Amino acid sequence: MDTEHTTVLALDNIVAGYGAMTILNGTTFKVRRATITTVIGPNGAGKSTVFKTIFGMLKARAGTITFDGTDITNTTPRHLLACGICYVPQGRNIFPELTVRHNLELGGFAAPSSINIDERIEAAMVRFPILRQKADAQASTLSGGQQKLLEIARGLLLDPKLILIDEPSIGLSPLMVQETFDILKNLRAKGVTILMVEQNAKSALQISDDGLVLELGRTRMAETAETLLNDPRVGQLFLGGAMEPTAA
Amino acid sequence: MMDFLTSRAFKGTVFALLMVGLIVLPFFLRPFGLLLIAMWMVHAVAALGLNLTLGYAGQISMAQGAFVGIGAYCTGLMTLAGVPYPIAFLCSGVLCFGIGWILGYPALRVQHHYLAFVTLAFSTLVFLIMRNEEWLTNGIYGLTDIPRPILFGWNTGKAQDFYFFTLLMTSILAFCVWWIIRSPWGRAFVALRENPVRALSLGVDTRRYTLMAFAMGSSIGGFAGALYAPLVQFFEPNSFSLTLSLKLLLMVIVGGAGTFFGPFIGAATEVLLPEWLRIAQGYYLIIYAMLVMILMMFCPTGIIGLGERFISHLRQKKISSERSAQAEAMGQDKAGNNGGAGQ
Repeated sequence: MDTEHTTVLALDNIVAGYGAMTILNGTTFKVRRATITTVIGPNGAGKSTVFKTIFGMLKARAGTITFDGTDITNTTPRHLLACGICYVPQGRNIFPELTVRHNLELGGFAAPSSINIDERIEAAMVRFPILRQKADAQASTLSGGQQKLLEIARGLLLDPKLILIDEPSIGLSPLMVQETFDILKNLRAKGVTILMVEQNAKSALQISDDGLVLELGRTRMAETAETLLNDPRVGQLFLGGAMEPTAA
Repeated sequence: MMDFLTSRAFKGTVFALLMVGLIVLPFFLRPFGLLLIAMWMVHAVAALGLNLTLGYAGQISMAQGAFVGIGAYCTGLMTLAGVPYPIAFLCSGVLCFGIGWILGYPALRVQHHYLAFVTLAFSTLVFLIMRNEEWLTNGIYGLTDIPRPILFGWNTGKAQDFYFFTLLMTSILAFCVWWIIRSPWGRAFVALRENPVRALSLGVDTRRYTLMAFAMGSSIGGFAGALYAPLVQFFEPNSFSLTLSLKLLLMVIVGGAGTFFGPFIGAATEVLLPEWLRIAQGYYLIIYAMLVMILMMFCPTGIIGLGERFISHLRQKKISSERSAQAEAMGQDKAGNNGGAGQ
């Protein structure tokens, strides 16, 4: 990897798991600032677990996690949100019974008192007009794509420097996947770092700068996205194995 | 009509009429009627507390009756010992807040029916203490002649005076609950109910809010008990047995869990309905049970939910008639191949 970008997030020998089960066996990797980095790997590799551990929802038994030069190992989600990390978990993450506006307000829950949340919500509604249109409707009445937008808008409320996004394309129409990826690219252009787990590995790597291959809780490969896309082994393992010869 | 039913003006009018009714009514009622309405208010307060824990934060509790009991005993014992009522009142709430906080710890580990059993066990434990620790609670004889307070020279001893006192305290407590629900606290409780993991990912300290949901709900229950003691002036352990907890649970569910006015309606069905159904005599419970079963089958969101469904039905009718009018306007040529499109 080149050195023009500085490291924004670094995991060093992280060990974590659930109960007696250890999922991450010394995971080590670095994420460069203002890049999109995609984590790929087979089922059970620990992709989602990495995110939960970074975000303090799962205790790291060993190792350190550094964000912007400070040690953030085993701190609370609330603290991490205040530091500028945002986590968008897998699946639908809105609160369906609350209104769109209340959903957005919850995004500002961890905000320090110096931030004017109402202004931020207003700005989010300017950016995504559909959210203003539906502001007082129950979030469950939004379409799948709109719900994803709401979720992203909510995540951006605190102006994060690093976004951890788990399977953003799941359950979305191809058009909406494209729109989501465009939003991520826009954020990168503004200097935000994005770390993403994506089942749709090929299209995710196409918009990524770097790629990480995780297997059995360890980093197998850390390359540029382009290298991974052209690596036949990766192609066989995770991208459907039909990249080169019969690419459609 | 639909817009009118959901409008602020309509809700405000209903609320104002209700308040005027509650203020004017006592001048036309006999003491028994006054007692009944005051009972309704006290039960509604207890149910409001449980609604906070169960309806908003989604933590099931079968111990609300026990907290009413703790509050009632605390106020009863203290006022009988000569402590001024306001102090006893506050102590009831604070005591229940503390005990509720501790009861919240199991909820950090178990959920749903397991949590129900934990709180059920707690309820039984409190009942046994009330019955067996005679040195403190006077056992099965209960507490008698609990004085009604004199506040700033206002003697609330007479039925009508105490009615107004109950109305005042109920309004204050209801306002507090309303404020909690509308504050970020309330939002965090709902987030907790709907999905704790999502709530955590947004920085809601789910641990603290779970404990808080129990503590706040219980303390409102304690305040209800502090009102109950001087209202009835006599009670014994059986007043706060598991039956009361179950009744309060039913009030929240029947009224509409997770809605502000649900507990008031639920408490009315539980406290006032039996009186109106008196003509049915022994059949009362059968009728009541059937009504509850029918309600739960067709509208699990309670009586408030029934109203909401009616409004949403009107709304859908309006939208679909607008849509068909729009489709009509689209013209004949498009209708052929575009009839079922759009969403």
